[in-house]
Amino acid sequence: MDNRQKWIAFTTIVRREVHRFMRIWPQTLVPPVITIVLYFVIFGQLIGSRIGEMAGLPYIQFVAPGLIMMSVITNSYSNVVSSFYGSKFQRNIEELLVSPTPNWIILLGYVAGGMSRGLGVGALVTLLSLYFADFSLHSLPVTIGIVLMTSLMFSLAGLINAVFANSFDDISIIPTFVLTPLIYLGGVFYSIDLLGDFWGSVSLINPILYMVNAFRYGMVGITDINIAWSFAMVGMFSALLFFVALNLLEKGSRLRS
Amino acid sequence: MSQSTAPALQITQLTKEYDDGFVALKGIDLNVAEGDFFALLGPNGAGKSTTIGIICSLVRKTAGSVTIFGHDIDADFSSAKQFIGVVPQEFNFNQFEKPIDILVNQAGYYGIPAKIAAERAEKYLIQLGLWDKAHVPSRTLSGGMKRRLMIARALIHEPRLLVLDEPTAGVDIELRRSMWEFLQAINEQGTTIILTTHYLEEAESLCRNVAIIDHGQIVQNTSIRELISQLSKETFILDTREALSSCPEVEGYPLKQVDTNTLEVDVDKAQSINALFTALTAQAIDVVSMRNKTNRLEELFFDLVAKNLKEKANG
Repeated sequence: MDNRQKWIAFTTIVRREVHRFMRIWPQTLVPPVITIVLYFVIFGQLIGSRIGEMAGLPYIQFVAPGLIMMSVITNSYSNVVSSFYGSKFQRNIEELLVSPTPNWIILLGYVAGGMSRGLGVGALVTLLSLYFADFSLHSLPVTIGIVLMTSLMFSLAGLINAVFANSFDDISIIPTFVLTPLIYLGGVFYSIDLLGDFWGSVSLINPILYMVNAFRYGMVGITDINIAWSFAMVGMFSALLFFVALNLLEKGSRLRS
Repeated sequence: MSQSTAPALQITQLTKEYDDGFVALKGIDLNVAEGDFFALLGPNGAGKSTTIGIICSLVRKTAGSVTIFGHDIDADFSSAKQFIGVVPQEFNFNQFEKPIDILVNQAGYYGIPAKIAAERAEKYLIQLGLWDKAHVPSRTLSGGMKRRLMIARALIHEPRLLVLDEPTAGVDIELRRSMWEFLQAINEQGTTIILTTHYLEEAESLCRNVAIIDHGQIVQNTSIRELISQLSKETFILDTREALSSCPEVEGYPLKQVDTNTLEVDVDKAQSINALFTALTAQAIDVVSMRNKTNRLEELFFDLVAKNLKEKANG
Protein backbone atom coordinates (compact mmCIF):
# COMPACT_ATOMS: atom_id res chain seq x y z
CA MET A 1 0.00 0.00 0.00
CA ASP A 2 1.34 3.43 -0.86
CA ASN A 3 0.80 6.42 1.42
CA ARG A 4 -2.33 7.55 -0.44
CA GLN A 5 -3.92 4.13 -0.04
CA LYS A 6 -2.99 4.10 3.65
CA TRP A 7 -4.64 7.49 4.05
CA ILE A 8 -7.80 6.19 2.36
CA ALA A 9 -7.81 3.15 4.68
CA PHE A 10 -7.34 5.39 7.73
CA THR A 11 -10.10 7.81 6.76
CA THR A 12 -12.40 4.89 5.98
CA ILE A 13 -12.00 3.51 9.50
CA VAL A 14 -12.46 6.95 11.08
CA ARG A 15 -15.52 7.72 8.95
CA ARG A 16 -17.04 4.35 9.81
CA GLU A 17 -16.37 4.89 13.53
CA VAL A 18 -17.88 8.39 13.52
CA HIS A 19 -20.85 7.14 11.53
CA ARG A 20 -21.33 4.35 14.10
CA PHE A 21 -21.57 6.63 17.13
CA MET A 22 -23.62 9.22 15.25
CA ARG A 23 -26.05 6.52 14.09
CA ILE A 24 -26.69 5.47 17.69
CA TRP A 25 -26.56 9.00 19.12
CA PRO A 26 -29.29 8.35 21.72
CA GLN A 27 -26.91 5.78 23.23
CA THR A 28 -23.62 7.58 22.68
CA LEU A 29 -24.17 11.34 22.85
CA VAL A 30 -27.30 11.97 24.91
CA PRO A 31 -26.55 9.96 28.11
CA PRO A 32 -23.17 11.62 28.87
CA VAL A 33 -24.69 15.06 28.32
CA ILE A 34 -27.63 14.30 30.67
CA THR A 35 -25.27 12.85 33.28
CA ILE A 36 -23.05 15.92 33.23
CA VAL A 37 -26.02 18.29 33.42
CA LEU A 38 -27.14 16.40 36.56
CA TYR A 39 -23.64 16.75 38.01
CA PHE A 40 -23.72 20.49 37.33
CA VAL A 41 -27.17 20.90 38.86
CA ILE A 42 -26.50 18.77 41.95
CA PHE A 43 -22.81 19.35 42.71
CA GLY A 44 -22.55 22.76 41.14
CA GLN A 45 -25.81 24.51 41.97
CA LEU A 46 -27.51 22.66 44.84
CA ILE A 47 -24.63 21.30 46.95
CA GLY A 48 -21.92 23.51 45.48
CA SER A 49 -23.55 26.69 46.73
CA ARG A 50 -23.31 25.31 50.30
CA ILE A 51 -19.71 24.10 49.90
CA GLY A 52 -18.44 27.56 49.10
CA GLU A 53 -14.94 27.80 47.63
CA MET A 54 -12.47 25.06 46.72
CA ALA A 55 -8.80 26.04 46.17
CA GLY A 56 -9.91 29.67 46.05
CA LEU A 57 -12.58 29.15 43.38
CA PRO A 58 -16.38 28.91 43.53
CA TYR A 59 -17.06 25.15 43.70
CA ILE A 60 -18.84 25.00 40.36
CA GLN A 61 -15.83 26.57 38.64
CA PHE A 62 -13.54 24.13 40.41
CA VAL A 63 -15.58 21.07 39.51
CA ALA A 64 -16.49 21.97 35.90
CA PRO A 65 -13.08 21.19 34.30
CA GLY A 66 -13.02 17.83 36.05
CA LEU A 67 -16.51 17.00 34.81
CA ILE A 68 -15.57 17.93 31.24
CA MET A 69 -12.48 15.75 31.52
CA MET A 70 -14.59 12.91 32.94
CA SER A 71 -16.76 13.02 29.80
CA VAL A 72 -13.73 13.00 27.54
CA ILE A 73 -12.18 10.05 29.36
CA THR A 74 -15.27 7.84 29.57
CA ASN A 75 -16.43 8.52 26.02
CA SER A 76 -13.02 8.04 24.40
CA TYR A 77 -12.61 4.77 26.26
CA SER A 78 -16.10 3.39 25.81
CA ASN A 79 -16.25 4.21 22.09
CA VAL A 80 -13.17 2.18 21.24
CA VAL A 81 -13.82 -0.67 23.66
CA SER A 82 -17.40 -1.20 22.49
CA SER A 83 -16.70 -0.70 18.79
CA PHE A 84 -13.61 -2.91 18.65
CA TYR A 85 -15.14 -5.62 20.82
CA GLY A 86 -18.35 -5.44 18.77
CA SER A 87 -16.25 -6.00 15.64
CA LYS A 88 -14.59 -8.98 17.30
CA PHE A 89 -17.94 -10.36 18.45
CA GLN A 90 -19.56 -10.07 15.01
CA ARG A 91 -16.24 -11.08 13.42
CA ASN A 92 -16.33 -8.12 11.05
CA ILE A 93 -12.87 -7.20 12.37
CA GLU A 94 -11.83 -9.88 9.85
CA GLU A 95 -12.71 -7.39 7.09
CA LEU A 96 -9.70 -5.38 8.23
CA LEU A 97 -7.48 -8.32 9.12
CA VAL A 98 -7.69 -9.83 5.61
CA SER A 99 -7.02 -6.46 3.98
CA PRO A 100 -3.56 -4.98 3.36
CA THR A 101 -4.22 -2.19 5.88
CA PRO A 102 -1.21 -2.13 8.24
CA ASN A 103 -1.90 -2.71 11.93
CA TRP A 104 -0.73 0.77 12.88
CA ILE A 105 -3.34 2.27 10.57
CA ILE A 106 -6.03 0.07 12.13
CA LEU A 107 -4.90 1.24 15.56
CA LEU A 108 -4.82 4.92 14.59
CA GLY A 109 -8.21 4.63 12.88
CA TYR A 110 -9.95 3.22 15.95
CA VAL A 111 -8.15 5.69 18.23
CA ALA A 112 -9.14 8.62 16.03
CA GLY A 113 -12.74 7.37 16.16
CA GLY A 114 -12.60 7.23 19.96
CA MET A 115 -11.06 10.68 20.12
CA SER A 116 -13.76 12.05 17.83
CA ARG A 117 -16.46 10.93 20.24
CA GLY A 118 -14.50 11.86 23.39
CA LEU A 119 -13.70 15.34 22.12
CA GLY A 120 -17.15 15.79 20.60
CA VAL A 121 -18.89 14.99 23.89
CA GLY A 122 -16.28 17.09 25.72
CA ALA A 123 -17.15 20.05 23.46
CA LEU A 124 -20.88 19.57 24.09
CA VAL A 125 -20.33 19.42 27.84
CA THR A 126 -18.10 22.50 27.72
CA LEU A 127 -20.84 24.43 25.95
CA LEU A 128 -23.34 23.29 28.59
CA SER A 129 -20.98 24.23 31.42
CA LEU A 130 -21.00 27.83 30.17
CA TYR A 131 -24.64 27.95 31.20
CA PHE A 132 -23.73 27.01 34.77
CA ALA A 133 -20.36 28.70 35.32
CA ASP A 134 -18.28 31.59 33.99
CA PHE A 135 -14.85 30.79 32.61
CA SER A 136 -12.01 32.86 31.29
CA LEU A 137 -9.68 30.47 29.52
CA HIS A 138 -6.29 30.66 31.26
CA SER A 139 -4.15 28.80 28.70
CA LEU A 140 -5.50 27.54 25.38
CA PRO A 141 -2.39 25.43 24.49
CA VAL A 142 -2.46 23.64 27.87
CA THR A 143 -6.22 23.04 27.64
CA ILE A 144 -6.14 21.74 24.06
CA GLY A 145 -2.89 19.80 24.56
CA ILE A 146 -3.99 17.92 27.66
CA VAL A 147 -7.47 17.14 26.41
CA LEU A 148 -6.07 15.71 23.15
CA MET A 149 -3.49 13.59 24.98
CA THR A 150 -6.05 12.37 27.51
CA SER A 151 -8.48 11.36 24.81
CA LEU A 152 -5.65 9.61 22.94
CA MET A 153 -4.55 7.73 26.03
CA PHE A 154 -7.99 6.43 26.96
CA SER A 155 -8.83 5.50 23.38
CA LEU A 156 -5.68 3.35 23.36
CA ALA A 157 -6.63 1.84 26.72
CA GLY A 158 -10.10 1.04 25.36
CA LEU A 159 -8.61 -0.85 22.43
CA ILE A 160 -6.37 -2.93 24.71
CA ASN A 161 -9.39 -3.78 26.89
CA ALA A 162 -11.33 -4.83 23.77
CA VAL A 163 -8.53 -7.09 22.54
CA PHE A 164 -8.51 -9.00 25.83
CA ALA A 165 -12.30 -9.04 26.30
CA ASN A 166 -14.09 -12.34 25.80
CA SER A 167 -17.60 -11.13 26.59
CA PHE A 168 -19.63 -7.95 26.89
CA ASP A 169 -19.14 -8.24 30.67
CA ASP A 170 -15.40 -7.88 30.15
CA ILE A 171 -15.80 -4.52 28.45
CA SER A 172 -17.70 -3.07 31.42
CA ILE A 173 -15.45 -4.42 34.20
CA ILE A 174 -12.58 -1.96 33.66
CA PRO A 175 -14.82 1.13 33.27
CA THR A 176 -16.85 0.17 36.35
CA PHE A 177 -14.20 -1.10 38.72
CA VAL A 178 -11.09 0.78 37.58
CA LEU A 179 -11.93 3.84 35.52
CA THR A 180 -14.80 5.23 37.60
CA PRO A 181 -12.95 4.98 40.95
CA LEU A 182 -9.82 6.52 39.40
CA ILE A 183 -11.89 9.41 38.00
CA TYR A 184 -13.73 10.01 41.29
CA LEU A 185 -10.44 9.84 43.21
CA GLY A 186 -8.59 11.85 40.56
CA GLY A 187 -9.33 15.30 41.95
CA VAL A 188 -12.47 15.96 39.92
CA PHE A 189 -14.52 16.95 42.98
CA TYR A 190 -11.83 18.03 45.45
CA SER A 191 -8.33 19.37 45.80
CA ILE A 192 -5.82 16.74 47.01
CA ASP A 193 -4.74 19.24 49.66
CA LEU A 194 -7.85 18.08 51.55
CA LEU A 195 -6.50 14.53 51.77
CA GLY A 196 -3.50 15.17 53.97
CA ASP A 197 0.09 14.06 53.30
CA PHE A 198 -0.41 10.29 53.15
CA TRP A 199 -3.54 10.05 50.96
CA GLY A 200 -2.37 13.03 48.96
CA SER A 201 0.82 11.11 48.13
CA VAL A 202 -1.15 7.96 47.33
CA SER A 203 -3.27 10.01 44.91
CA LEU A 204 -0.13 10.83 42.91
CA ILE A 205 -0.09 7.30 41.46
CA ASN A 206 -3.46 8.02 39.82
CA PRO A 207 -2.78 9.19 36.23
CA ILE A 208 -6.18 10.87 36.00
CA LEU A 209 -5.15 13.32 38.73
CA TYR A 210 -2.50 14.73 36.36
CA MET A 211 -4.94 15.11 33.49
CA VAL A 212 -7.67 16.76 35.54
CA ASN A 213 -5.24 19.17 37.15
CA ALA A 214 -3.56 20.13 33.90
CA PHE A 215 -6.96 20.70 32.29
CA ARG A 216 -8.15 22.72 35.28
CA TYR A 217 -4.99 24.78 35.04
CA GLY A 218 -5.65 25.43 31.36
CA MET A 219 -9.19 26.56 32.09
CA VAL A 220 -9.01 28.41 35.41
CA GLY A 221 -5.30 28.64 36.22
CA ILE A 222 -5.05 26.53 39.38
CA THR A 223 -3.47 23.10 39.86
CA ASP A 224 -2.27 20.72 42.59
CA ILE A 225 0.36 19.25 40.25
CA ASN A 226 3.27 20.60 38.20
CA ILE A 227 1.94 21.05 34.63
CA ALA A 228 5.10 19.89 32.87
CA TRP A 229 5.04 16.77 34.98
CA SER A 230 1.39 16.23 34.05
CA PHE A 231 2.20 16.34 30.32
CA ALA A 232 5.19 14.06 30.83
CA MET A 233 3.06 11.49 32.70
CA VAL A 234 0.24 11.50 30.14
CA GLY A 235 2.73 11.38 27.27
CA MET A 236 4.59 8.49 28.85
CA PHE A 237 1.41 6.49 29.50
CA SER A 238 0.13 7.18 25.97
CA ALA A 239 3.39 6.01 24.40
CA LEU A 240 3.37 2.88 26.53
CA LEU A 241 -0.23 2.06 25.68
CA PHE A 242 0.39 2.74 21.97
CA PHE A 243 3.19 0.19 21.83
CA VAL A 244 1.25 -2.37 23.87
CA ALA A 245 -1.80 -1.99 21.61
CA LEU A 246 0.29 -2.16 18.42
CA ASN A 247 2.13 -5.21 19.70
CA LEU A 248 -1.18 -6.96 20.41
CA LEU A 249 -2.40 -6.24 16.88
CA GLU A 250 0.92 -7.32 15.33
CA LYS A 251 0.83 -10.60 17.24
CA GLY A 252 -2.85 -11.01 16.43
CA SER A 253 -3.57 -11.76 20.07
CA ARG A 254 -7.14 -13.04 20.42
CA LEU A 255 -7.77 -11.94 16.84
CA ARG A 256 -6.00 -14.60 14.78
CA SER A 257 -5.98 -18.25 15.88
CA MET B 1 9.31 -14.14 -9.97
CA SER B 2 7.02 -12.58 -12.53
CA GLN B 3 3.31 -12.50 -11.87
CA SER B 4 2.47 -14.17 -15.15
CA THR B 5 4.46 -17.35 -14.42
CA ALA B 6 3.90 -17.64 -10.67
CA PRO B 7 1.08 -19.92 -9.58
CA ALA B 8 -1.98 -18.23 -8.16
CA LEU B 9 -1.36 -20.12 -4.93
CA GLN B 10 1.69 -22.05 -3.85
CA ILE B 11 1.67 -23.80 -0.50
CA THR B 12 4.84 -25.52 0.68
CA GLN B 13 5.10 -27.78 3.72
CA LEU B 14 2.32 -25.92 5.48
CA THR B 15 1.90 -26.99 9.09
CA LYS B 16 -0.51 -25.79 11.73
CA GLU B 17 -0.45 -26.88 15.35
CA TYR B 18 -3.02 -25.16 17.58
CA ASP B 19 -2.25 -24.12 21.15
CA ASP B 20 -4.04 -27.20 22.51
CA GLY B 21 -1.62 -29.42 20.59
CA PHE B 22 -4.05 -30.39 17.80
CA VAL B 23 -2.18 -30.63 14.50
CA ALA B 24 -4.61 -29.43 11.85
CA LEU B 25 -2.16 -29.44 8.93
CA LYS B 26 0.76 -31.83 8.60
CA GLY B 27 3.07 -30.25 6.03
CA ILE B 28 0.80 -29.95 3.00
CA ASP B 29 1.96 -28.92 -0.48
CA LEU B 30 -0.46 -27.43 -2.98
CA ASN B 31 -0.20 -25.52 -6.24
CA VAL B 32 -3.08 -23.78 -7.95
CA ALA B 33 -2.42 -22.41 -11.43
CA GLU B 34 -3.61 -18.98 -12.53
CA GLY B 35 -7.10 -19.15 -14.06
CA ASP B 36 -7.92 -22.49 -12.45
CA PHE B 37 -11.23 -23.36 -10.81
CA PHE B 38 -9.98 -25.52 -7.97
CA ALA B 39 -11.85 -27.57 -5.37
CA LEU B 40 -10.51 -28.29 -1.91
CA LEU B 41 -12.53 -31.15 -0.53
CA GLY B 42 -12.48 -32.99 2.74
CA PRO B 43 -14.65 -34.13 5.63
CA ASN B 44 -15.36 -31.87 8.61
CA GLY B 45 -12.20 -31.13 10.60
CA ALA B 46 -9.93 -32.22 7.74
CA GLY B 47 -8.06 -28.90 7.61
CA LYS B 48 -9.84 -27.04 4.78
CA SER B 49 -10.85 -23.97 6.76
CA THR B 50 -7.48 -23.88 8.55
CA THR B 51 -5.77 -23.82 5.14
CA ILE B 52 -7.99 -21.00 3.95
CA GLY B 53 -7.54 -19.17 7.27
CA ILE B 54 -3.76 -19.24 6.80
CA ILE B 55 -3.99 -18.13 3.15
CA CYS B 56 -5.98 -15.05 4.15
CA SER B 57 -3.93 -14.51 7.34
CA LEU B 58 -6.70 -15.09 9.89
CA VAL B 59 -4.85 -18.15 11.17
CA ARG B 60 -1.15 -18.11 12.03
CA LYS B 61 0.82 -20.95 10.48
CA THR B 62 3.29 -23.00 12.51
CA ALA B 63 5.65 -23.75 9.59
CA GLY B 64 5.83 -23.68 5.82
CA SER B 65 5.21 -20.99 3.28
CA VAL B 66 2.33 -19.57 1.26
CA THR B 67 2.70 -17.37 -1.80
CA ILE B 68 -0.06 -15.64 -3.76
CA PHE B 69 1.04 -14.96 -7.36
CA GLY B 70 4.62 -15.16 -6.13
CA HIS B 71 4.14 -12.83 -3.15
CA ASP B 72 4.91 -14.38 0.23
CA ILE B 73 2.11 -13.77 2.74
CA ASP B 74 4.67 -12.95 5.45
CA ALA B 75 7.45 -11.10 3.64
CA ASP B 76 5.19 -9.24 1.20
CA PHE B 77 1.83 -9.31 2.94
CA SER B 78 0.56 -6.06 1.45
CA SER B 79 0.89 -7.24 -2.17
CA ALA B 80 -0.26 -10.77 -1.35
CA LYS B 81 -3.44 -9.46 0.26
CA GLN B 82 -4.23 -7.18 -2.70
CA PHE B 83 -4.45 -10.29 -4.90
CA ILE B 84 -6.79 -12.34 -2.75
CA GLY B 85 -10.48 -12.10 -1.92
CA VAL B 86 -12.05 -14.35 0.69
CA VAL B 87 -15.61 -15.50 1.26
CA PRO B 88 -15.66 -17.17 4.68
CA GLN B 89 -18.01 -19.89 5.84
CA GLU B 90 -19.62 -17.83 8.62
CA PHE B 91 -21.26 -14.43 8.17
CA ASN B 92 -18.67 -11.92 9.29
CA PHE B 93 -20.00 -8.48 8.47
CA ASN B 94 -21.55 -5.87 10.71
CA GLN B 95 -25.22 -6.80 10.75
CA PHE B 96 -26.19 -3.19 11.55
CA GLU B 97 -24.49 -1.72 8.48
CA LYS B 98 -26.07 -1.44 5.06
CA PRO B 99 -24.70 -3.58 2.20
CA ILE B 100 -23.58 -0.48 0.29
CA ASP B 101 -21.61 0.76 3.31
CA ILE B 102 -20.08 -2.67 3.92
CA LEU B 103 -18.78 -2.76 0.34
CA VAL B 104 -17.56 0.84 0.19
CA ASN B 105 -15.77 0.46 3.54
CA GLN B 106 -14.16 -2.79 2.44
CA ALA B 107 -12.88 -1.04 -0.69
CA GLY B 108 -11.47 1.70 1.54
CA TYR B 109 -9.45 -0.88 3.50
CA TYR B 110 -7.76 -1.72 0.19
CA GLY B 111 -6.99 1.93 -0.49
CA ILE B 112 -9.62 2.32 -3.23
CA PRO B 113 -10.90 5.92 -3.57
CA ALA B 114 -14.53 6.49 -2.54
CA LYS B 115 -15.82 7.29 -6.05
CA ILE B 116 -14.44 4.09 -7.57
CA ALA B 117 -15.58 2.13 -4.49
CA ALA B 118 -19.15 3.39 -4.90
CA GLU B 119 -19.18 2.48 -8.63
CA ARG B 120 -17.87 -1.01 -7.95
CA ALA B 121 -20.27 -1.53 -5.04
CA GLU B 122 -23.18 -0.70 -7.31
CA LYS B 123 -21.82 -2.99 -10.04
CA TYR B 124 -21.41 -6.04 -7.78
CA LEU B 125 -24.65 -5.48 -5.89
CA ILE B 126 -26.48 -5.40 -9.24
CA GLN B 127 -24.62 -8.47 -10.55
CA LEU B 128 -25.46 -10.42 -7.41
CA GLY B 129 -29.09 -9.30 -7.32
CA LEU B 130 -28.77 -7.20 -4.18
CA TRP B 131 -29.11 -3.66 -5.50
CA ASP B 132 -32.66 -3.27 -4.17
CA LYS B 133 -31.31 -4.18 -0.71
CA ALA B 134 -28.31 -1.85 -0.88
CA HIS B 135 -29.68 0.59 1.70
CA VAL B 136 -31.35 -1.71 4.23
CA PRO B 137 -29.60 -3.01 7.38
CA SER B 138 -27.81 -6.18 6.39
CA ARG B 139 -29.35 -8.11 9.30
CA THR B 140 -32.65 -8.01 7.41
CA LEU B 141 -31.23 -9.94 4.44
CA SER B 142 -32.04 -13.62 3.93
CA GLY B 143 -29.30 -16.24 4.36
CA GLY B 144 -28.75 -16.48 0.60
CA MET B 145 -28.55 -12.70 0.26
CA LYS B 146 -26.01 -12.50 3.09
CA ARG B 147 -23.87 -15.08 1.34
CA ARG B 148 -24.04 -13.12 -1.92
CA LEU B 149 -23.16 -9.97 -0.02
CA MET B 150 -19.99 -11.66 1.20
CA ILE B 151 -19.12 -12.61 -2.40
CA ALA B 152 -19.64 -8.99 -3.50
CA ARG B 153 -17.47 -7.81 -0.61
CA ALA B 154 -14.69 -10.26 -1.55
CA LEU B 155 -14.74 -8.97 -5.14
CA ILE B 156 -14.81 -5.25 -4.37
CA HIS B 157 -11.01 -4.87 -4.77
CA GLU B 158 -11.13 -7.08 -7.88
CA PRO B 159 -8.77 -9.80 -6.65
CA ARG B 160 -7.04 -12.20 -9.03
CA LEU B 161 -7.65 -15.08 -6.62
CA LEU B 162 -11.04 -15.68 -5.02
CA VAL B 163 -11.26 -18.19 -2.19
CA LEU B 164 -14.70 -19.40 -1.14
CA ASP B 165 -15.24 -21.52 1.96
CA GLU B 166 -18.53 -23.42 1.56
CA PRO B 167 -20.15 -20.57 -0.40
CA THR B 168 -23.45 -22.33 -1.09
CA ALA B 169 -24.01 -23.90 2.34
CA GLY B 170 -27.67 -23.42 3.28
CA VAL B 171 -28.54 -21.87 -0.08
CA ASP B 172 -31.55 -23.19 -2.02
CA ILE B 173 -31.01 -25.03 -5.30
CA GLU B 174 -32.16 -22.21 -7.58
CA LEU B 175 -29.90 -19.69 -5.89
CA ARG B 176 -27.03 -22.17 -5.83
CA ARG B 177 -27.31 -22.57 -9.61
CA SER B 178 -27.28 -18.81 -10.14
CA MET B 179 -24.21 -18.50 -7.90
CA TRP B 180 -22.49 -21.23 -9.92
CA GLU B 181 -23.19 -19.29 -13.13
CA PHE B 182 -21.82 -16.12 -11.57
CA LEU B 183 -18.64 -17.87 -10.37
CA GLN B 184 -18.16 -19.54 -13.76
CA ALA B 185 -18.49 -16.15 -15.44
CA ILE B 186 -15.87 -14.46 -13.28
CA ASN B 187 -13.57 -17.48 -13.70
CA GLU B 188 -13.92 -17.17 -17.47
CA GLN B 189 -12.94 -13.51 -17.12
CA GLY B 190 -9.65 -14.64 -15.56
CA THR B 191 -10.20 -14.83 -11.81
CA THR B 192 -8.68 -17.92 -10.24
CA ILE B 193 -11.16 -19.59 -7.89
CA ILE B 194 -10.55 -21.96 -5.01
CA LEU B 195 -13.64 -23.51 -3.50
CA THR B 196 -14.30 -25.71 -0.53
CA THR B 197 -17.64 -27.41 -0.52
CA HIS B 198 -19.60 -30.26 0.94
CA TYR B 199 -21.65 -30.46 -2.23
CA LEU B 200 -19.44 -32.70 -4.31
CA GLU B 201 -21.75 -32.19 -7.27
CA GLU B 202 -20.70 -28.55 -7.03
CA ALA B 203 -17.02 -29.45 -7.35
CA GLU B 204 -17.72 -31.82 -10.24
CA SER B 205 -19.80 -29.23 -12.08
CA LEU B 206 -17.56 -26.22 -11.54
CA CYS B 207 -13.97 -27.24 -10.93
CA ARG B 208 -11.20 -28.43 -13.18
CA ASN B 209 -8.76 -29.56 -10.49
CA VAL B 210 -9.20 -30.91 -7.01
CA ALA B 211 -7.31 -31.67 -3.82
CA ILE B 212 -8.79 -33.92 -1.17
CA ILE B 213 -7.59 -33.22 2.33
CA ASP B 214 -8.09 -35.53 5.28
CA HIS B 215 -6.61 -35.43 8.77
CA GLY B 216 -4.37 -32.52 7.75
CA GLN B 217 -2.86 -34.29 4.74
CA ILE B 218 -3.51 -34.07 1.02
CA VAL B 219 -4.65 -37.54 0.02
CA GLN B 220 -5.35 -36.73 -3.63
CA ASN B 221 -4.40 -33.80 -5.87
CA THR B 222 -5.37 -34.14 -9.50
CA SER B 223 -7.86 -33.04 -12.15
CA ILE B 224 -11.55 -33.77 -11.69
CA ARG B 225 -11.48 -35.74 -14.97
CA GLU B 226 -8.55 -37.88 -13.79
CA LEU B 227 -10.22 -38.41 -10.43
CA ILE B 228 -13.47 -39.56 -11.98
CA SER B 229 -11.59 -41.85 -14.34
CA GLN B 230 -10.40 -43.72 -11.23
CA LEU B 231 -13.95 -44.90 -10.64
CA SER B 232 -14.11 -48.64 -11.38
CA LYS B 233 -17.89 -48.81 -11.52
CA GLU B 234 -21.00 -46.69 -11.38
CA THR B 235 -24.46 -47.41 -10.05
CA PHE B 236 -27.38 -46.39 -12.26
CA ILE B 237 -31.08 -46.10 -11.54
CA LEU B 238 -33.34 -47.07 -14.46
CA ASP B 239 -37.00 -46.03 -14.64
CA THR B 240 -39.20 -48.38 -16.75
CA ARG B 241 -42.35 -47.48 -18.65
CA GLU B 242 -44.30 -50.58 -17.59
CA ALA B 243 -44.55 -52.01 -14.09
CA LEU B 244 -42.29 -55.03 -13.60
CA SER B 245 -43.69 -58.18 -12.04
CA SER B 246 -40.18 -59.49 -11.25
CA CYS B 247 -36.56 -58.41 -11.50
CA PRO B 248 -35.16 -59.15 -14.97
CA GLU B 249 -31.87 -61.02 -15.31
CA VAL B 250 -29.09 -59.89 -17.65
CA GLU B 251 -25.78 -61.75 -17.60
CA GLY B 252 -22.90 -59.59 -16.34
CA TYR B 253 -25.23 -56.87 -15.05
CA PRO B 254 -26.39 -57.39 -11.44
CA LEU B 255 -29.87 -55.85 -11.60
CA LYS B 256 -31.90 -55.14 -8.47
CA GLN B 257 -35.57 -54.15 -8.43
CA VAL B 258 -36.12 -51.10 -6.26
CA ASP B 259 -39.89 -50.88 -6.87
CA THR B 260 -42.34 -51.84 -9.62
CA ASN B 261 -40.96 -49.27 -12.11
CA THR B 262 -37.38 -48.88 -10.90
CA LEU B 263 -34.24 -50.94 -11.38
CA GLU B 264 -30.73 -50.45 -9.98
CA VAL B 265 -27.60 -51.79 -11.66
CA ASP B 266 -23.82 -51.65 -11.09
CA VAL B 267 -21.88 -51.19 -14.34
CA ASP B 268 -18.11 -51.71 -14.54
CA LYS B 269 -16.14 -49.13 -16.48
CA ALA B 270 -15.11 -51.83 -18.96
CA GLN B 271 -18.72 -52.75 -19.68
CA SER B 272 -21.02 -51.16 -22.25
CA ILE B 273 -24.32 -49.71 -21.20
CA ASN B 274 -25.62 -50.32 -24.72
CA ALA B 275 -25.39 -54.07 -24.14
CA LEU B 276 -27.56 -53.70 -21.06
CA PHE B 277 -30.20 -51.76 -22.97
CA THR B 278 -30.14 -54.28 -25.80
CA ALA B 279 -30.74 -57.09 -23.33
CA LEU B 280 -33.57 -55.22 -21.60
CA THR B 281 -35.18 -54.36 -24.95
CA ALA B 282 -35.08 -58.05 -25.87
CA GLN B 283 -37.08 -58.71 -22.69
CA ALA B 284 -39.64 -56.03 -23.77
CA ILE B 285 -38.57 -53.70 -21.00
CA ASP B 286 -38.73 -50.05 -22.07
CA VAL B 287 -36.38 -47.76 -20.04
CA VAL B 288 -37.68 -44.18 -20.02
CA SER B 289 -34.95 -42.53 -17.96
CA MET B 290 -31.61 -43.21 -16.31
CA ARG B 291 -29.55 -41.42 -13.62
CA ASN B 292 -26.57 -41.97 -11.32
CA LYS B 293 -27.56 -43.39 -7.94
CA THR B 294 -25.07 -41.09 -6.15
CA ASN B 295 -22.76 -38.39 -7.28
CA ARG B 296 -19.76 -40.02 -8.90
CA LEU B 297 -17.28 -37.85 -7.12
CA GLU B 298 -18.99 -38.55 -3.84
CA GLU B 299 -18.36 -42.29 -4.23
CA LEU B 300 -14.70 -41.66 -4.93
CA PHE B 301 -14.43 -39.19 -2.09
CA PHE B 302 -15.74 -41.69 0.41
CA ASP B 303 -13.43 -44.38 -1.01
CA LEU B 304 -10.39 -42.13 -0.59
CA VAL B 305 -11.28 -40.98 2.90
CA ALA B 306 -12.05 -44.54 3.98
CA LYS B 307 -8.75 -45.72 2.49
CA ASN B 308 -6.89 -42.98 4.37
CA LEU B 309 -8.58 -43.97 7.63
CA LYS B 310 -7.70 -47.64 7.04
CA GLU B 311 -4.06 -46.78 6.38
CA LYS B 312 -3.96 -44.77 9.61
CA ALA B 313 -5.52 -47.63 11.55
CA ASN B 314 -2.88 -50.01 10.17
CA GLY B 315 -0.17 -47.62 11.28
